[in-house]
Amino acid sequence: MKINFLMKKRLYFLAIFLVLVVISIGSMSMTQFSIAKCFASIPKAIQWGFGNFYPAGDSFARLPEILLKLQETLLISIAAASVAAIFALFFALMGSRITKVNNFLATLSRFIANVFRNIDVSIWALVLLFSFGQSSLTGYFALFVASFGFLTRAFMETIDEVGSDTAEALRATGANYFSIVFQAIIPMSVSQLISWVLFMIETNIRAATLVGILTGSGIGFLFDLYYKKMDYHASSLVVLSLVVSILLIEQISNYVRRAML
Amino acid sequence: MKTLLQFKNVSKHYDKKTVALSDVSFSVNEGELVSIIGPSGAGKSTLLRCINRLIDATSGEIIFEDKDVLQIKNKSKMRALRTKIGMIFQNYNLVERLSVFENVLHGRLGYKSALVGALGFYSEEEKQQAIKILQSLGLDEQIYKRCDQLSGGQKQRVGIARALIQEPRVLLADEPIASLDPSSSKVIMDQLKKICSTLGITVLVNLHQLDVALNYSDRVIGISKGRVVYDGDPASLTDDHIQQIYGSDREALNLVVREPKEVAQKI
Ligand SMILES: Nc1ncnc2c1ncn2[C@@H]1O[C@H](COP(=O)(O)OP(=O)(O)O)[C@@H](O)[C@H]1O
Ligand SMILES: [Mg+2]
Repeated sequence: MKINFLMKKRLYFLAIFLVLVVISIGSMSMTQFSIAKCFASIPKAIQWGFGNFYPAGDSFARLPEILLKLQETLLISIAAASVAAIFALFFALMGSRITKVNNFLATLSRFIANVFRNIDVSIWALVLLFSFGQSSLTGYFALFVASFGFLTRAFMETIDEVGSDTAEALRATGANYFSIVFQAIIPMSVSQLISWVLFMIETNIRAATLVGILTGSGIGFLFDLYYKKMDYHASSLVVLSLVVSILLIEQISNYVRRAML
Repeated sequence: MKTLLQFKNVSKHYDKKTVALSDVSFSVNEGELVSIIGPSGAGKSTLLRCINRLIDATSGEIIFEDKDVLQIKNKSKMRALRTKIGMIFQNYNLVERLSVFENVLHGRLGYKSALVGALGFYSEEEKQQAIKILQSLGLDEQIYKRCDQLSGGQKQRVGIARALIQEPRVLLADEPIASLDPSSSKVIMDQLKKICSTLGITVLVNLHQLDVALNYSDRVIGISKGRVVYDGDPASLTDDHIQQIYGSDREALNLVVREPKEVAQKI
């Protein structure tokens, strides 16, 4: 009986594995993607990278321009994440099974959060392009909407996880809804909520580059511009400055996380 | 003696299959310390939570202070009921990131409006009262510490303080010592006994440990599969009753001891 059970489980995983192999081989042959060719081109790519893709002499003259756009991108990422966090907190409170006001609002806010979350930020950028055109506002809204969806979901799970016991205790004292939220739910979850916002800011800065290419704004736009002008030295400087600022932001948010504990 | 709480044919069905309480009837006098014993899943937690309406019973009547709590529809009446009923929990259910002082004052939230409660404003008397209660529970040194720095036994005492500051008529304790070591367990049970005898607050306590129940309570209610199978003196509880409460649950039966007083003294 037991052996049979384990055997069945193994066969099941084997079947899944085989299906995955068939799908990969099938799609590779359909798109004429060759692994051998792929690996063969790696040395050449590295060679090209070292030959062209590094900041050199005159590209440093562009540094002020780059830093200005970098600053814009960073601020937009932070603003999108923090404004989204305010809306997300409200929807998370409505949607959490502990703090929901009624079932209708709970289902509605869960539905909205799911829709917003399951659409990638690049899709939002493309959709919003139609209504706002190529501007940094479009980039901001795309990041905002994506952040909102993700944060609502993350906040909801945090509240569900940490809040239920204390919320029960305060409900038992006769405390009203607002007392429970502000005296128990928020103090219990605040450090995790801030941690999620910091994570969202980091994610937004990474995504902002791609969004910038699509919406013609921020640092992504600058990269695109230099790249198309075949000014590889300048575009490598853009990448470098991005990497440095992402590492910096990560350090800062790790510091904040530690300080909060 | 005056009856404070009375269950009349109370049943609770979570869904068609799970019957947590079926046709439960008993009454509790003012100032009594009553233990509710039974194996896990018997319905002890459900029973306690029906009293302060954290869980709504499916049918029957629960008379508290001569009124049926199941008939309360109005939100502010419900809150008024809950202020009269203190509750402590197995996992203490404190806001761990806040101080002991703030956690105790949470016991006053039931008396406050939405805004005042949300902002956490408390009167000078309430603060003095909190300090007094904490001192009586031996927590003077811990008043301004964060709750996550306390031991389990200290956390449970904070839980008791939060319940006492409500000035309740009855205290519900849901497995208050299940997560504690024997010496902290004894401190907590002694406190509950003291609260009952000196403050005259009625105490209903769910217990897993039969020996503790026999040693501390004025009366024992044994439940099994949602039914009351014993209601009476701890001294008249026989092996047959114990068999009836715990069934053939070997593990629980191992907890059963012949000389409860003697063993209880060791903890
Ligand atoms: N929220 C719930 N939903 C469904 N069933 C529940 C719920 N809470 C408890 N039960 C069931 O009700 C029965 C009694 O549970 P409980 O009152 O927690 O027992 P005890 O506290 O004695 O261990 C158990 O069978 C349990 O599985
Ligand atoms: Mg229980």
